[in-house]
Amino acid sequence: MSESAASSPLAVPPRESPHSASPALHHQFEVIEQQRDAGNFGMWVFLATEMLFFGGVFTDYIIYRSLYYSGFAAGSHGLEIDLGAAMMFVLLASSFTMAMAVHAAREGKHRPLIGFLTATIILGVAFLGMKFTEYFHKWQEHMVPGLNFHPALESLRGAPERTVELFMCFYFFMTGLHALHMIIGIGLLTVMTILAWRGKISRENYNRVEVSGLYWHFVDIIWIYLFPLLYLIGGRYK
Amino acid sequence: MSEKNPSVGTYILVFMALLVLAALTTGIAYIDLGPFNTVIALAIAVVKMSLVGLFFMHLWYSPGLNRIVVLAGFFWLALMISFTLADVFTPPVDKYFRSLTKFPVLHFQIFFTGYC
Amino acid sequence: MSTAVAEVPVESRVHYLNANYGIKSWLFTTDHKRIALLYLGSITLMFFIGGTAAVMMRLHLIEPAGALVQPETYNKLFTMHGVVMVFFFLVPSIPATLGNFLVPMMIGARDLAFPRLNLLSWYVYITGAAFTLYALISGGVDTGWTFYTPLSSHYLNTHVIATALGVFITGFSSILTGLNFIVTIHKMRAPGMTWKRMPLFLWSMYATSVIFVLGTPVIAIALFLLGLERLVHVGIFDPAIGGDPVLFQHLFWFYSHPAVYIMILPGMGVVSELVTCFSRKKPFGYIFIAYSSLAIALISFFVWGHHMFVSGQSVYAGFIFSALSFAVAIPSAIKVFNWTATLYKGSISYQAPMLYALGFIGLFTMGGLTGLFLASLATDVHLHDTYFVIAHFHYIMVGGAVMAYLGGIHFWWPKITGRLYHDGWARFAALVIFVGFNLTFFPQYMLGYLGMPRRYAVYPAEFQVLNVMSSAGASILGVGYLIPFVYLLWSIRYGPVAGANPWGAKGLEWETPSPPPTDNFEEPPIVTEEPYGYAEPEHAHV
Repeated sequence: MSESAASSPLAVPPRESPHSASPALHHQFEVIEQQRDAGNFGMWVFLATEMLFFGGVFTDYIIYRSLYYSGFAAGSHGLEIDLGAAMMFVLLASSFTMAMAVHAAREGKHRPLIGFLTATIILGVAFLGMKFTEYFHKWQEHMVPGLNFHPALESLRGAPERTVELFMCFYFFMTGLHALHMIIGIGLLTVMTILAWRGKISRENYNRVEVSGLYWHFVDIIWIYLFPLLYLIGGRYK
Repeated sequence: MSEKNPSVGTYILVFMALLVLAALTTGIAYIDLGPFNTVIALAIAVVKMSLVGLFFMHLWYSPGLNRIVVLAGFFWLALMISFTLADVFTPPVDKYFRSLTKFPVLHFQIFFTGYC
Repeated sequence: MSTAVAEVPVESRVHYLNANYGIKSWLFTTDHKRIALLYLGSITLMFFIGGTAAVMMRLHLIEPAGALVQPETYNKLFTMHGVVMVFFFLVPSIPATLGNFLVPMMIGARDLAFPRLNLLSWYVYITGAAFTLYALISGGVDTGWTFYTPLSSHYLNTHVIATALGVFITGFSSILTGLNFIVTIHKMRAPGMTWKRMPLFLWSMYATSVIFVLGTPVIAIALFLLGLERLVHVGIFDPAIGGDPVLFQHLFWFYSHPAVYIMILPGMGVVSELVTCFSRKKPFGYIFIAYSSLAIALISFFVWGHHMFVSGQSVYAGFIFSALSFAVAIPSAIKVFNWTATLYKGSISYQAPMLYALGFIGLFTMGGLTGLFLASLATDVHLHDTYFVIAHFHYIMVGGAVMAYLGGIHFWWPKITGRLYHDGWARFAALVIFVGFNLTFFPQYMLGYLGMPRRYAVYPAEFQVLNVMSSAGASILGVGYLIPFVYLLWSIRYGPVAGANPWGAKGLEWETPSPPPTDNFEEPPIVTEEPYGYAEPEHAHV
């Protein structure tokens, strides 16, 4: 028996053996609430790292937009606002279904959980489909920097060509990074769906769905910012 | 669980609000408000982010520590942005650069200042 | 000194080393102690690779016209030395080895919050190292460890992408480690362990983890954007389309400056433990040392522009960064004062870990003070990109961080292995390292002051004497680093069995057998006392 730092009779009653608790409890934790708390907190810390990760590109975006506003506005005008808005609606809907999935998991409702997770995945895939369609259109319009950037004169709207190319770099890098995160999120949710299908998600270990949900919502929030910052520069009234 | 979480009704309300705001952002882009287009678009984005964060991500119902993490993230982001902007948008003082070339130490980086 | 555990011989007791056998039990372990040892092996290997590059550089610099390699090769040597030593040795060193081993034990937990993430972080580290070693074997990269654009994005034909990818991937290893520590320290402290009852090592691990988590993503995005620009031949740092290469530097240094505090803060935490144990005194100003770690972590993010004073950065930004760089020295100075006050009237013994700690205090102070010359705009204009900078950071990273790392390895070696090493040899090695180190790097201050630029394969003949001194010191230093290998490895098999607490130190990790059982504590500890409960010196009996 190890002599702990307590040399006086214990004022705190000894903890229950964690091994008598639920099988969902991992051995390093004492009670399931601690495990859930730690899981959520850990995911929030990870999301803070993602804020800084995307933040690097956003910082450079802010600088170049201020320096080359006309080029950025011209490039933005060339983006398909209806597709962008549609993607916005799809992602918001997917956040809703994700929140409902977490709710179902918490309540231990098996079928709604699988249903909402599947709906979220479908909406995510729809988003990616629209995104890649947009990329394809840009390819057809010769607007892909480094690959075939030869914009038509009227699409420049009076701005220097190189600054429009710089904007398109940002467009592809930022939406591409976002799409990469969407793919990872869809992968994560697929794993969750499979686990739910196999009955491995209970009211006790639903935290894994909750944590996946946090990641998914974060990716949605990135799009909430990307949409106005990329698609709505300078407005569409001209 | 001792923790309160939002009800289905709350989720639906928040979702409706988000849809309205998204439609608003898109619609306002077609109206000429000058520089306010950007301001309003970003303001709406902040509101949408807050709704998703507080209700879908349960921040409203979470321990304060999680909120602190989010605030820390924003603070660090603001730090990175503001100090970098302080470099790009304040003028390099001409006198300073002229005097730099008098020193014999090799400053290959000065070559790049031509881009600024 | 009492050990509360019955002295069961190591061989017949089950502990974390003999609980399972076989390669799979190591490669698929989730035990934080085994993962710490996996890291220990990997970073030692990387240390030797980075060290080999250094040896070759110092041999080359014996002659003014260069004695060993072509200039292009020399560029590759200093790049690989920097990349390997910074990202693959120093950044993970104490956190991934001593941190992984000790954080759960000092906190009274059975493991970290996310043991599987911990194992993943090691595999991520190995993957990143593999990419970088691939780049090394394929001919190396010569951008300097700082990867400045547009040299790295446009003008070089070496393996920039592979190296950058290696660093990018390894960055995630740091993020996962930092995340794990933050969650563990917040959520898994033993009952009764308030924040102010935590050992100072944990405070510094926490501060380091904050930097890991908030800084590393920024270099990740910087390298990601650099890689894209190289791949697609156009990008946001490209002046041809209006980009600014200096923006890369902003993103790079936003992480890389706090990174140097990642490298030193854990060492400071180790020194706090060593100084208290070997003076048999509680630390002077515990709360100041604790908060100064947090202050260093915070302020470190405000000063990155001091690497860019001559990059074309605006002078006004320069003013701000310079002033804040002076401010960041203050919490470090507070620590040095407090350690010194802890030593004062302590009952001091000079075992090897203490020699390393004392060496740290002196050498870190010198390195830190020379940083102020670099923080000052007027002097930095002369000293930037000279050997003065090299001497400055090597005093802190080698004279500081590496010595603290060695001190910590020696201090906790009995806990990790259950064996005692031969202290006479250890003290001898510490002295050899100290002498070799100073002979290597002190002349470099002078070289820098006299104007010898860094990253040059050739130099004017008048600098030869100092260069030869530095190279001679490097050979002594190299021997000094090899000696511990011999006696430490020897001790694993032949050293005397260590008890639970051979140093008579205070801390939860010493209340458990050496080596510890897999779950660390036979019964979960409950903390009711303040930390560092050493008896007052007048009443102490050693």
